[in-house]
Order: sequence, then C-alpha cells, then structure tokens
Amino acid sequence: MQLEINGHDAYVATGNREPDRQKETVLFIHGTGQDHTIWVLPTRYFARHGRNVLAVDLPGHGRSGGEPLESIEAMADWVVQVLDAAGLSQAAVVGHSLGSLVAIATAARHPDRVRAIALVGVTVPMPVSGFLLDNAKHDRHEAIEMLNFWGYSKSAQLGGNATPGNWMLGGGMRLMEKAGPGVIHTDLNACNKYIEGLEHAANVACPALLILGERDMLTPVRSAMKVAEALPHAEKAILEGSGHALLAERPDPVLDQLIRVV
Amino acid sequence: MAKPKTFDLETLSLHAGQRPDPATGARATPIYQTASYVFKDTDHAASIFNIERTGHVYSRISNPTNAVLEERISALEGGVGAIATASGQAAMHLAIATLMGAGSHIVSSQSLYGGTHNLLAYTMPRFGIDTTFVDPRDPKAFRQAIRPNTRLLFGETLGNPGLEVLDIPRVADVAHQAGLPLMIDSTFTTPYLCRPFDLGADIVMHSATKFLSGHGVVIGGLLVDGGIFDWEASGLFPTLTEPYEGFHDLDFAEEFGPAAFITRARKEGARDFGACMSAMTSFLILQGLETLPLRMQKHVDNARKLVDYLDGHEAVDWVIYPELPEHPDHELAKTLLPNGSGAVFSFGVKGGRAAGQRFIERLELVSHLANIGDAKTLVIHPASTTHHRMDTAALEAAGISEGLVRISVGIESIDDLIEDIGQGLRASQKA
Repeated sequence: MQLEINGHDAYVATGNREPDRQKETVLFIHGTGQDHTIWVLPTRYFARHGRNVLAVDLPGHGRSGGEPLESIEAMADWVVQVLDAAGLSQAAVVGHSLGSLVAIATAARHPDRVRAIALVGVTVPMPVSGFLLDNAKHDRHEAIEMLNFWGYSKSAQLGGNATPGNWMLGGGMRLMEKAGPGVIHTDLNACNKYIEGLEHAANVACPALLILGERDMLTPVRSAMKVAEALPHAEKAILEGSGHALLAERPDPVLDQLIRVV
Repeated sequence: MAKPKTFDLETLSLHAGQRPDPATGARATPIYQTASYVFKDTDHAASIFNIERTGHVYSRISNPTNAVLEERISALEGGVGAIATASGQAAMHLAIATLMGAGSHIVSSQSLYGGTHNLLAYTMPRFGIDTTFVDPRDPKAFRQAIRPNTRLLFGETLGNPGLEVLDIPRVADVAHQAGLPLMIDSTFTTPYLCRPFDLGADIVMHSATKFLSGHGVVIGGLLVDGGIFDWEASGLFPTLTEPYEGFHDLDFAEEFGPAAFITRARKEGARDFGACMSAMTSFLILQGLETLPLRMQKHVDNARKLVDYLDGHEAVDWVIYPELPEHPDHELAKTLLPNGSGAVFSFGVKGGRAAGQRFIERLELVSHLANIGDAKTLVIHPASTTHHRMDTAALEAAGISEGLVRISVGIESIDDLIEDIGQGLRASQKA
C-alpha cells in the first residue's frame, strides 16, 4: 500500500489486504538499512489470521521516498502518521533493532495509539562504535560487513537456515547493499544518540515483550535487561543460540513469541 | 579496531548449510530420504503452504538434505539462495522458465557446452524463446544482439572448446545498461577459481556433476541467485514484480526483496516443472564439496604441468589454455582467474583424425568418455566420437580440428599422467 506522508511516498506492506478498522492492527518496523521484507513471514501469518498488517519502509528506505529521519523520536511520530493515513487508531508495534527503539518511543510519546510493543533485538541505549559510524558515513561496504558479521551468530554465518536453500548472511548483506547513500549512517546515528530510551521505556503503559538472541553481539542480552527492568509491564524471551538477526536465524520461534502479545 | 570477518571458502566448503542434526547429533549431513513431511496441525500446514512459517512440504519443492547443499553453494558463491536440480540442464531451464515466457529472447555466448547449445538453439524456440549466439570475446556483440524482447544474457566462464575467458564485468555492464541480468555457467571454474557475482553477474548455474562433486557418480545441477539484480527497476520481469495468480497474487520482489528470483524459482519452478534432485544425490555432492579447495588446486597444478609437457611436444600441433602467453585471453585470465584457468583444455594431435583416434585408443590410465570434472583424468576425441559424422569442413565450422583432443585433468600423480599420455602420443604417430 502506498501512502503519502509529508509530501513523500510511504510504502507499507499489508499482506495483500486492505486495512479494516474493525480488526486489530500490527505494525512492523525494520532495522538499520533494511526494509519491510525482513517481516515477510510474520506479516503473511498475521494477515491470514485476521489482523491488519502494516510493515513500513521508513522514509528513505525500501520503497518509501524522502530522506531518512535523523532521530528515533521523528521516526516514532512518522509511524503515527502512517496509522493516521491508513485510518487506523491503534496498533501493536513490533520493531527490530533500530525499529525496537522506534517502538519504545512510539509507545511513550503516543500511548493511546499503541496497545502493545514487541522488541526484537533491543538494548537501550544503543551505542554505535565510532569505527562503524565512520565507515557508514563514507558508505563503505565494511559498514555492511560489520553489521552482518556481528549481527549473525557464528553458527548462522555457517548456515542451517530454516528457510530451505537460502544463505542468511548473503540475504542480510544484499538487503543492506540496496540502502541508498547515507541511509545506514543516518540510522546508526539515530540509534547512537537516542539517550532518552530508558526514560521513554519507563513511561510505556502497554504490555511489552522483549525477544532476545542468546548470542547477540550487537544488542547483548545483559544490556537488554536494563530495558526489561525499565518497562513497567515487560516479559522477555531469550532464543538459544541466536544472534541479533533473530528474524532470519529463528523465524518460527520469533513468530511464536509475537503471537503471545500482538 | 579490527574488521570483523566471516568464514573462508575452505571452511564454508566443509560446513556451510549444515549444523549437527538436532534430532540425533549426527555430524554428517543425514540423507532425508522422504517424499513428504508431517504437519503438527492444520494451521501449521496452512502456514507452511502460505510461507508464514519455515518448513518442508514435499521433496520436489524442498528437502532438508538438498537444503544443505543449496545453502552451501550459496555461501561459496556469495549469493542469497540456490535450488538443487536434477541436472545442470534442469538448472538452466529453471532459470529461463522463471524469467521469461513465449516471445522472449536470449543473447548467449556461442561457445557453449553442446547440451546448452541444443536447448537454446533447437528446443526453446519450440516454446517461443529464441537465442542469438555471439562471440564471447566481443562484449559489443552482446549489446548489438539485444532486442526489445531480450530477457537474459548468458555465457560460460570458460568457453568450450576454445576456453574463451568471458569478460564478465564488461558483459555484465552491457546487460545492466539494458536492464537485463547476466547468467553465468560456472561449471568449469567453481567458486574456488571464480565467483561470478563478485564480477557483476546476477545468476550462476552449475552442472554439479563435474568439479563440485569430483567423483562422477551423480547427475545434478545448481541454480544460484546473487540477489543483486533490481527486478523492479528493470521493469521487464512481470514474473517477479507483478501479482502471481498461481500463488494468491504473491508479488515476489515486493515480499522477498533480494531473494525474489530464487523464491519464485522454488515456489513455481520446482513445484511445476519438477526437475528436483534426490536427497541421496545431494548427499554425494556434499561429500565432494567438502574437498573442493584441495581438489581444485590439485586439478589446476596438474593441468599446468600437463600443459607444459604438451606445449612443444613433437606429436602435438597446438595447446589451447588461457595461461599460455599466446592464448587470446591470456591477460584477461590473469585478471579474472588469478588462481587458475581450470583443468579442462584442448590440444591437437599431429596427424589429424586417425592420429587422434590412435592416441585415445592407446591410453590406459586416462579414461575415454564424455564428461569433465571427475577426479580421474578424462579425454575425448570429438572427431572420432561425438562428431564422427562430420567431415573436415563441418568440423572446422564447429571450431573442432580433426586432431583435437579435449582433456579434463584429474588429480592423479602427474608423473603417471605424463607417462600414460606420452605413450599414447608416441603411438599416435605410428601409422
């Protein structure tokens, strides 16, 4: 579904169904340099199981126009504009990595628009190394390599994909290679400077679920515990052996967890 | 700060795609010799059919043993996914049938494996898909042959029998300027010697029967998606960018992004055309792949030594191998194939057809047969075998001289190979 927000095209995958105001909605937000395609399995599941599904491409990502937004708060406000444009009052908001920060900020800044959040690979704050930021600033391929080599567990880099025949690391790299100039740097910078995250988390009134990878090097479990403690109504699930790329590494267990809250 | 790294090719050849079997702890890849798979309940079944959950439905479409092989070749090539097929020919057909329909056109190198030439020149036209064949050494010829209905450019890393080195970066540029993908048959080189995606290609296919296996006991093919080509931007591929009625209006590029091509090839092509690989075949190819780096290095080392021996031999008119300075693609080979130009080459036995025949019939260690890429050394003399009905003029038109011998150099002791070939060459000169 193509919407127009602030004069720019905003793409939202809906699972081939028009939003219905009588149904509950699940809104998905991708991570740094990615797009809606990371959610292909859960969006298809929830669409068939009677939910409105909105898997967004953030501005400047995937099929959405405009420049990438420079702060997590701006992304959160944009998400609410998506709900407005789709004519929907409320959603469960599911985010991965950067998207998980946007979910927290959306729930804190617009509590009446969010009925639950699910945070897939999260930590607050989400500091980004200067080395990675510098490589991203210059659009060097090394930035994509770092995000993926650190993002996938060593075991997942060897393979054993639940999706038959596809190589996870190759898919992860190719998706980020499609990001436009400066997009990855803008995203990483937004993560790096989002220092209000724990304060926002403390103000989240809705139920929250953290889905964490036991071997996540980018958002380690021990760091995620701070978010779990800050959120008033949080549950957590730690998926054994998974790195940060939980949707690729453990797609079915992630879906099973999402079904609990959204 | 140290850059992160992932695994090297030697490690991926052994491990990619496989984890110890969760059910039994088996270290080796189990052979899942089953046609179908039990669902937990009706919703689980529906969710797998509708691509909401992962899993297997029926081994024509996917199989756990095949999946290990598919993931391993994807990792070795640096692609996003692959499909194991019944043969290399099936992989080629699957690619064509996924990308285009009747009324389409392909531009292909003219220096091809004979089976591929047959498919493109004689069989696909019956289904409305025509091919223009061009000189692989002339990227401009690829450009000039492109028509409004062209949907694919195709070539082999090393042509047959002239071992023309395809200038993949330049041909890829030609393809991409026209909004078209480039597919490469990388059978002769394998990812140990050449990774076409790194050079600009979009799709890779293999006859896995050859060097990937090395043992010559199975027939199999692999189709690999680089995940690079922008199908949406091209606008020429409705099978990938428009709703597909055969799968509830699924738009593959919209939902699967970089994996659009390989997903359509599986969800439609594997389902409907059905040229699948058996689990046992996958298992055997995997056994070969584990030693691919070791074998390929030995293949190349032996090929170089044998070329040295034959080049200048009194019973040999000529040798075609890209690493020889007089080969037209010598410089290109140094750039694109720095680790070696493969282990298949041709040479001319002095004395024409009869001498070539005497050479072949005298060999004792080297096998006379129609295949390449076995760990054992193989030869064929086209003028007295595959092309025996052709006269001299017809052979010349096909680029085959009467004394031409094609050899696929194996990994035996080079001394033993040279001794056998030497005695064969001596016999060839005794009329």
